[in-house]
Amino acid sequence: MKTTSTAWKHIRRSPYQALAAILIMMLTFLVVSMFTMVIVSSSQIISYFEASPKVTAFFKEDTQQPTIDALADSLKATGKVSSIKFVSKEEAFRRYSNWNKDNPVLLDLVNADVLPPSLEISTYKIEDLDSIAKVLKDSSYVSDVVFLKDVVSTLISWTDAMRKIGLVLVIILVIVSIFVMTTIIGFKISQKREEIEIMRLLSATNWYIRWPFLLEGMFYGFLGAMLGWLLTFGLTLYARPFLLSFVREIPLMTLSPYFLLALLGLEIGFALMLGAIASFLAVLRYLK
Amino acid sequence: MIRLLEVTKTYGTGTSALSDISLSIDKGEFVFIVGPSGSGKTTLLRLLIRDMTPTRGTITLNNVDIGKLSNKKVPQLRKQIGVVFQDLKMLMDRTIYENILLPLEMAGMDHKEAEQKVHKILTQVGIEEHMEKFPIQLSGGELQRAAIARALVFSPEILLADEPTGNLDNTTSWEIVKLLQDINKLGTTVIMATHNLEVVNSLDKRVVELEKGKMTRDTKKGPSTSSGQDVKETKHVKKPEEKEDKKDLEKKPEVEEKDSSINLPAGRQDSEQGKHKQ
Repeated sequence: MKTTSTAWKHIRRSPYQALAAILIMMLTFLVVSMFTMVIVSSSQIISYFEASPKVTAFFKEDTQQPTIDALADSLKATGKVSSIKFVSKEEAFRRYSNWNKDNPVLLDLVNADVLPPSLEISTYKIEDLDSIAKVLKDSSYVSDVVFLKDVVSTLISWTDAMRKIGLVLVIILVIVSIFVMTTIIGFKISQKREEIEIMRLLSATNWYIRWPFLLEGMFYGFLGAMLGWLLTFGLTLYARPFLLSFVREIPLMTLSPYFLLALLGLEIGFALMLGAIASFLAVLRYLK
Repeated sequence: MIRLLEVTKTYGTGTSALSDISLSIDKGEFVFIVGPSGSGKTTLLRLLIRDMTPTRGTITLNNVDIGKLSNKKVPQLRKQIGVVFQDLKMLMDRTIYENILLPLEMAGMDHKEAEQKVHKILTQVGIEEHMEKFPIQLSGGELQRAAIARALVFSPEILLADEPTGNLDNTTSWEIVKLLQDINKLGTTVIMATHNLEVVNSLDKRVVELEKGKMTRDTKKGPSTSSGQDVKETKHVKKPEEKEDKKDLEKKPEVEEKDSSINLPAGRQDSEQGKHKQ
């Protein structure tokens, strides 16, 4: 209890140093939180695509239903297909209307007749999409084949790059945070050299002197992580409507409260550790 | 209790602060360490609390070699020895109460028990009314009492006082010496470094004299200098009863053995009233 109040007194008596320490920790955890959100979201999008490998074949205007059914049967016979769904002109229009319900201009321009019927084919394995797509492309009744494998590959390479950039950035920021915090706490220890000397002469143990400084570092870490997380949470809430309209039916799990709380918990744990490490380095360096 | 055997302390600069000091102090003794500035008095006291280690020789406290104590055990040693530092070493941003509470907090004592102990010790040294003040608001004598209170808060076996009358007027010096005597009568070993010859000459206590780091004299009872059989005559001792101001008579040091409680002279507050900065 006394250690906590001493640590709090250290913080209160040098507010600008405390602010600098908190801001650098906030910046670190803002970047950690944002990259985590982006990477987790991208991974979820990729997982969504990978979990349901899909190729869509659009048929020409005059294609008859039996022809479409025959093609569907031949695809089923390969054993690679997990599901085949026929989307009629009417169904296609219903989906289009639903996606663009807020945009009457787009709705006025389109009716069921201009939309082609299609087959949505899912495979058990993403690798099988290639052979299925080839069969569809070779059919004379198919006008176009939309194949998501390229999209997934691009997304994976982007996510990989983002993960690497994020990791490097976070490592740099963590190192900067540790150095800034060590300097700030070291400076405070230097300011209190006389007081510390008196305490030692009055029978203070090393840990009695060290604890308030360690707690101070942990407090900066805790507050920095909280602020970084809150800022990211606010930004995500702000950007959510845009993100949802962009990804349409893909479920974005990033706003699940469990995920957010788990992220906060991990960040606070990491921040407390960072604060303690920085303070301990300062204590070792300046409290000999 | 305390044994020094051929203790030598040489600083890194090559200056010899103490040279071959052998000394034995028993429990309950009152010992004056005298000598001019630079004679090694403070070094001797610092060695006793392991603020530094001797270059040669051994110092034992209750048969424990202080020089060989691990750093972890030093706080334990310092709880056994109360110290009144020459520069007092009060924490200026804490009240007198907080300053005295500090060693108890560091020892992890229960807060309520610690509070009671601080109140008791403040009453004993006579500055309870100043407990909420900061050190800068107290007079020299009051600060000295606060430093003594802090040194005594653990009820140590030994009290080291480094020039406790250094910057005090004659009357206040006597009050402090009286306080130390009272503490000694309760069984605490008191070692007082001083060059206040008036005080040393007036009390018939053991005197250890240092000069340039060497022990030149150790007399069980006696005056302040080795050639000082006439010290009391050559250096006029201004005891309070000799002062013109008759009010100060109340502050005459009481050295009778029967007085075994720490009670301050009644006139102390009067004498220091004018010094309060607030």
